Amino acid sequence: MAASHRTGSGISAQTVPFTFDGVAYQAQAGDTLAAALIANGVQLMARSFKYHRPRGVLAMGSEDPSALVTVGTGGWQEPNARASDVFVYPGLVARSQNVWPSLRFDVGAINSLLAPFIPAGFYYKTFFGPPSRWMLYERFIRRAAGLGMPPSVADADTYAHRAAFCDVLVVGGGPAGLNAALAAAQVGKRVILIEQDAIAGGSLLRENVTIDGLPGADWARSMMAQITAAGGRVLTRTTASGYWDDNFVTAIERRVEPGQPTEHGATDRPAQVLWKLRCGEVVLATGTIERPLVFVDNDLPGVMLAGAARTLALRHGVAPGRRVVIATSHDDAYRTAFALAAAGAEVVAILDSRVAPTGAVIDAARVRFPVHADARPLRALRSGNGVGGIEAVIAGAKRRFTADCIAMSGGASPVLHLHRQAGGALDYHTDRGAFLPGAVRQHHTTIGAAAGTHDLVAILPQSTVVDPLGTATPPQPGPVWHGEAAGKAFVDFQNDVTTDDLALAQREGYVSVEHTKRYTTLGMGTDQGKTAAMVALAQIADGRGLAVPDAGLTTFRPPYTPVTLGAFAGPMRGDHAGPIRRLPLAGAHDALGALWVPAGAWMRPRAYPRRGEALGVASLREARMVRSSAGVVDVSTLTKFEVAGPDALAVVMAVCATPLAKLAVGRGRYTVMLREDGLVMDDGTVWRLADDRWLVTSSTGGLARMARHFSYVIDILLNHPRATVVDVSEHWAGLALAGPHAAAVLADLTGVPSPAHMGLIDATIAGVPVRILGASYSGERAFEVHVPGHRAAPVFEALMAGVTAVGGGAYGLDAMDHLRVEKGHVVIGAEADGRVTPGDLGLGGMLRKTGGFVGWQGLTRPVLADPAGRRHLVGLTAIDDTPIAEGAMLVVRAGEEPLGHVTTAAPRVAGDGAIALGLLIDGAARHGETLVAWSPTRRSTVPVRVGPPLFYDAEGARYRD
Amino acid sequence: MLLIPCPHCGPRNQEEFAYERSVDSVVRIDDAPAVAMAALYTRANLRGEDHEIWCHAHGCGQWLRMTRDRVTHAIRNVEAL
Repeated sequence: MAASHRTGSGISAQTVPFTFDGVAYQAQAGDTLAAALIANGVQLMARSFKYHRPRGVLAMGSEDPSALVTVGTGGWQEPNARASDVFVYPGLVARSQNVWPSLRFDVGAINSLLAPFIPAGFYYKTFFGPPSRWMLYERFIRRAAGLGMPPSVADADTYAHRAAFCDVLVVGGGPAGLNAALAAAQVGKRVILIEQDAIAGGSLLRENVTIDGLPGADWARSMMAQITAAGGRVLTRTTASGYWDDNFVTAIERRVEPGQPTEHGATDRPAQVLWKLRCGEVVLATGTIERPLVFVDNDLPGVMLAGAARTLALRHGVAPGRRVVIATSHDDAYRTAFALAAAGAEVVAILDSRVAPTGAVIDAARVRFPVHADARPLRALRSGNGVGGIEAVIAGAKRRFTADCIAMSGGASPVLHLHRQAGGALDYHTDRGAFLPGAVRQHHTTIGAAAGTHDLVAILPQSTVVDPLGTATPPQPGPVWHGEAAGKAFVDFQNDVTTDDLALAQREGYVSVEHTKRYTTLGMGTDQGKTAAMVALAQIADGRGLAVPDAGLTTFRPPYTPVTLGAFAGPMRGDHAGPIRRLPLAGAHDALGALWVPAGAWMRPRAYPRRGEALGVASLREARMVRSSAGVVDVSTLTKFEVAGPDALAVVMAVCATPLAKLAVGRGRYTVMLREDGLVMDDGTVWRLADDRWLVTSSTGGLARMARHFSYVIDILLNHPRATVVDVSEHWAGLALAGPHAAAVLADLTGVPSPAHMGLIDATIAGVPVRILGASYSGERAFEVHVPGHRAAPVFEALMAGVTAVGGGAYGLDAMDHLRVEKGHVVIGAEADGRVTPGDLGLGGMLRKTGGFVGWQGLTRPVLADPAGRRHLVGLTAIDDTPIAEGAMLVVRAGEEPLGHVTTAAPRVAGDGAIALGLLIDGAARHGETLVAWSPTRRSTVPVRVGPPLFYDAEGARYRD
Repeated sequence: MLLIPCPHCGPRNQEEFAYERSVDSVVRIDDAPAVAMAALYTRANLRGEDHEIWCHAHGCGQWLRMTRDRVTHAIRNVEAL
């Protein structure tokens, strides 16, 4: 283990214990994991995605593509955390990922040797080849290439959502952002300042400057206090991840560090908060991201960005190496030389790619360090798993330097992600080799380094700035790589994309930047290529002989940094994912031993098993009870609308596709509702309560859709007719009474004759006024008793007493399903799956021939009107009586092309055996054929006979009077 | 997320509203089949302004006609239907 790299000028003397790959280390308070590891002499932190190359940190911030680690354990485990974006907390457990058997000796590194066989576009070529090739490679690829493993247990953290408004949102707590936030707060504006780092300061944290007499970091702290005192709100450790329409910004606030345990179930102390900010104006002070230089093996641990090296020295008091070479294309990296020298490192050489660099900082550097002009790196030299030196070409001559750290800078890119997300334009500035913000579409401005202003005096005109190294100058891009040395020169460090990969993509015709990206996976990692994008673009443009802006730019998409899915879900998970709706009679069903099942948002009784009785046995018993005597099932969840008014008929006729005009008062009929394309949207019954008053029922799950549909029909299609539609679903509880004894039981309770099939009466049960509809879903004589929900209990009690006296009882959803399958009744979602016409379901004959309903035009389309080749509803009988798998394919022989599928399966109620409903191509013409219901996923192969979708009482004698 | 000025409720978040369709894709019940299918399936979808039908579904329930730019998403006008 190397000796400490701590220089003594660290920011805190307080030590924090943590482990990395099981080894215990000490950090100092305020350290990032990356800084703490480097302080402990650990440069090797990760293995790369594809080639398993050894990696350390490239950048000190959320843009770092290289040092990805897994932090935390159990429910707090977080993969792919960036070591330079995790602040060490006591007990932090960090592990390397994508390695086997160990980080130092990783077998996967053999991928590097296989590199010629897995070039850019490997996946494309594999997928476009025969499927067998993917089958062959998949196992190997899944093991070899990858990031961290997902946690295997549920996320133990809680998350919150918060909405807020402000006049001014400032993104970025560097000098420009702090200044803008304070100025706005001081004139009385509501201000929110967000900063992704744990402390404000931004670039000041890596500079030796004095502002108004205070060191930069202290000045930043004082500004934060002033902003808060002026009424502003400062959110640190918060990342603006998305900029949406109308100045709506989403931000993620980390209240604890990645992997840091929170108290289990502490809902008042969330680990993260998703902020939804509606802002008057947005000020983007997001700074820049430094670009790497391109040379061979520029990814070795110890090769890092010059700004990262400076942050280590000045912010964390850590020297990233003892012998350092600075490689740069502009002035800024010279500042790193002074910082590292002050931290005790020897600056072996400054390699400047410019032929004749001039300026104050360069003059100052020449006095202290060997500065080489017209000098650029060719290759980093390897020593063990890290860097041991560099080979450079200086004025045409090759030269080698021994070094344990290469601090490089190939310019810097303004961070314009949010500007772009907000629809802002980008202007390319050739003199800087960078895009700067152009015209805006929303109310936002970009300031500071993100807008190309690097000089602190210009950023803080009211302050006194003392910078011993003089005025900061704009960065200049590094030279394009033309293969000056053989080997891998990386552009996208996270996805292992090299200059050769980019060139290959161009040669193979993937010239558009969007194509290059997908072909090479450039910029498709968790870092979205923040350090890579502009370097790659320069390479691509050069290869095509274009100016950089003409080569195109990929889209900037939210989120800016990865967001944990839990943050999006917020508190809406588990029991809070949605409301749970309980029946008015839930207590009564519980008393009967109901087994509950979720049905949409509702909890409904699935069955009422007796002690020790299996579910399937109970359901079949209940179904047979209905066939032989009488049963009661709770149908309160059915959707119900009342339509009333002089134009009520017109509304109902527009929505329902069956004839209605001649329906007598006190009568009802089965109906279907269609979408405009002619396919079945819902089904139900429609009843005429009075001349100008109708009751329409439809499926439980379709309530919201039908309510919207009615509203649309009335307000948009019919132009405000004299009719109203009221959703009365929750007003009425519904109890269906079915079975051969049902009519008699009901007559006993009401004292009046039961209504005819599809007839409707008002009556009284147990002193409660009820509406009784003669409707059957089971194939038996049956009634729906509608009763106001709050008065349902005595009616249910009376019905239960009535059916119990004739040997019946309550039945649940499963029994109801068994009964309806035997009668071939369809269910929305199973048989009516959004792809079937009424004709496909055998209901074509009941449509209104004159049209005039929503969807009639759609039905005239040849593809719907011609039944040939369409999937028809059929009945399926298992030839050997074994249960049929729901969802199974209908095939002639296992393995062949499917001709249809099983929509619902059930046991026979009347008799033994297994039956099912299915949709089958040309099914109406296939009655009598034998097919196989084949489900490879359920390992089920059942020979079935095709027939009509009706297994019971074909004449309909049992449900009529 | 759009900020939609509901004529009844004032400016509200888009998540309170449901997009229904573009005005030119409304199919009247008495439209001839060819006209109806053209409205559904062969729409122009031009760059620039669009007239859309929205519903303040999780608000007052009002149907709205909104004039909105397909490129910039800028809302030019909202009126109750």
